Amino acid sequence: MASDLQHKPQLAALWARPETLLARLFDHRIAGIATALLALMVFFSFASDAFLSVNNLLNVTRQVSIMAILSVGMTIAIISGGIDLSVGSIIAFVGVIVASAMTDLSLPIWVAVLFGLATGAAIGFGNGALVALAGVPAFIATLGTMTALRGLTYLYTDGYPIYNLPTAFAWLGAGYVAGIPVPTILMLLVGAVAYVVLSRTPFGIHIYAVGENETAARRVGVRVARVKLLAYVACGILAAISAIVLAARLRAGLPTSGFTYELTAIAAVILGGTSISGGQGSVIGTILGALLLGVLANGLTLLNIEPYVLEVVTGGIIIVAVLMDSLKHRKRAS
Amino acid sequence: MPILELRNVAKRFGAVEALRGVSLSIEAGEAIGLVGDNGAGKSTLLKVISGVYPPDDGELVLEGKVRRFASPLDARDAGIEIVHQDLALCDNLDAALNVFLGRELTRGIGPFRLIDQAAMRSQAKALIEVLEVEVAVTEPVRAMSGGQRQAIAIARALLGNAKIVLLDEPTAAISIAAVEQVLALIRRLKARGHTVIIISHRMSDIFETCNRIVVMRHGENVATKRVLETDRQEVTNLITGALARA
Ligand SMILES: Nc1ncnc2c1ncn2[C@@H]1O[C@H](COP(=O)(O)OP(=O)(O)OP(=O)(O)O)[C@@H](O)[C@H]1O
Ligand SMILES: [Mg+2]
Repeated sequence: MASDLQHKPQLAALWARPETLLARLFDHRIAGIATALLALMVFFSFASDAFLSVNNLLNVTRQVSIMAILSVGMTIAIISGGIDLSVGSIIAFVGVIVASAMTDLSLPIWVAVLFGLATGAAIGFGNGALVALAGVPAFIATLGTMTALRGLTYLYTDGYPIYNLPTAFAWLGAGYVAGIPVPTILMLLVGAVAYVVLSRTPFGIHIYAVGENETAARRVGVRVARVKLLAYVACGILAAISAIVLAARLRAGLPTSGFTYELTAIAAVILGGTSISGGQGSVIGTILGALLLGVLANGLTLLNIEPYVLEVVTGGIIIVAVLMDSLKHRKRAS
Repeated sequence: MPILELRNVAKRFGAVEALRGVSLSIEAGEAIGLVGDNGAGKSTLLKVISGVYPPDDGELVLEGKVRRFASPLDARDAGIEIVHQDLALCDNLDAALNVFLGRELTRGIGPFRLIDQAAMRSQAKALIEVLEVEVAVTEPVRAMSGGQRQAIAIARALLGNAKIVLLDEPTAAISIAAVEQVLALIRRLKARGHTVIIISHRMSDIFETCNRIVVMRHGENVATKRVLETDRQEVTNLITGALARA
């Protein structure tokens, strides 16, 4: 054991002084997804003339931002040991609510946006209460919310889109600040805040602890139920942000929007190296995962490849990512 | 005045009477060895003392005052720390974060508080150094040895400056070399003035570190003996029931 210990500091030095918990735990995973993303970009740069331009790349980040923000929320839920299947339905529900607030109720944009965020938080609170307080498995609880919310959205709209949202609102989806799309800026902001919260605050540390070993966390006095509940609230708020950006981009609240988004979000999270069984994961990885899926979609479109191919390829990539994750777990267990 | 006194403490789990009226009095600075067969109620007793379970009956007197702990946090505030049989560390967090989990040091103002990693690392390092075990506090505990994990769990108990430290089978899950380390660690706890209660199935652990031995059988305290006034044979007989009481 003594010789073991002597090796440790040297090994640690090789990590080039990792500053944060995340850097330490997930460097190798992020390196994997970053390399894959880079390779894909190099490939599309050669395969298509249109790919490698500032405009196209900025456009990719704009397209990706909605999924990326959604996936950051999913990351938090998954690290805490749960999952949130209702985020796709939140996109539709909150989108419709915000659209209706601005048109039917003629509320100011900022009031409608705040109302949308509060709605997302409330739905997250409901999910969290079911999971953390009532002890319903996250998969079942959020599946219920997903179905019920989608139904409510159709009931409220009779299945019709709500159009004619204010031009000023559309800025949130289509605008630019200093040449950078507003959704891209929102994605970076959300990513930065989530990164700091997860890796540098007691709440973030507790999310990792609860996802890894709930009993251990409870014994040392971590308020497990509260941590889980807040994880779902965060996930709900982030889904609401995505909903607002999407509604702004479409200038409409569509009851059909966000359909199967939860699955793509889970895919981005897993691609980013977050373990589906909780306790491990990173925001940076997730955003890279979402970017990878976005670049793939963009590149294949530019190459005029049938959209069905994209689904097959995406599915394949997800299976490989999950396989690698479970192999890692098996190695660790033995 | 004893630092801790148990009076007729009872605890049931459904039909199982895990504790049937245990009484015990412990002086400050003592090391007590708690022995007994599997299922005798040893872990349950420590859990009652540390606030994990409230007793169904009887009372717990800490420094002369009757106390009822609603949670382990209450017991910790009162100066009682427990190191559980299954340690329960978070494998994904580094040693320093495990020591401070639930009591993280932070910097900042109001709600904008970030963890103070440097402070936690240096304090965790100092605590673990007191135990004279080498642990790289910045490493995740996943890969650590049984002795190192034990040191981290004990360091966590020392963080709150506990008066009473409860150790549930600290030597059960570790290598022979690490056992010596942990026993030395227990002696150091004692030397630093902590009152210690240790559960162990290894008789030698108890005889090497403790002042008194408490033998439990079927949820009862059947004997409390000074280590110097008993021997392994007598204790073994008490555990098995070959000797009813002493
Ligand atoms: N949470 C619980 N629920 C139900 N029964 C329990 C619980 N905890 C303990 N028991 C029962 O209480 C009795 C005493 O258990 P306890 O864990 O205190 O024994 P122990 O002396 O620590 O045994 P060991 O040496 O095996 O650790 C056992 O019969 C056990 O099955
Ligand atoms: Mg036990």
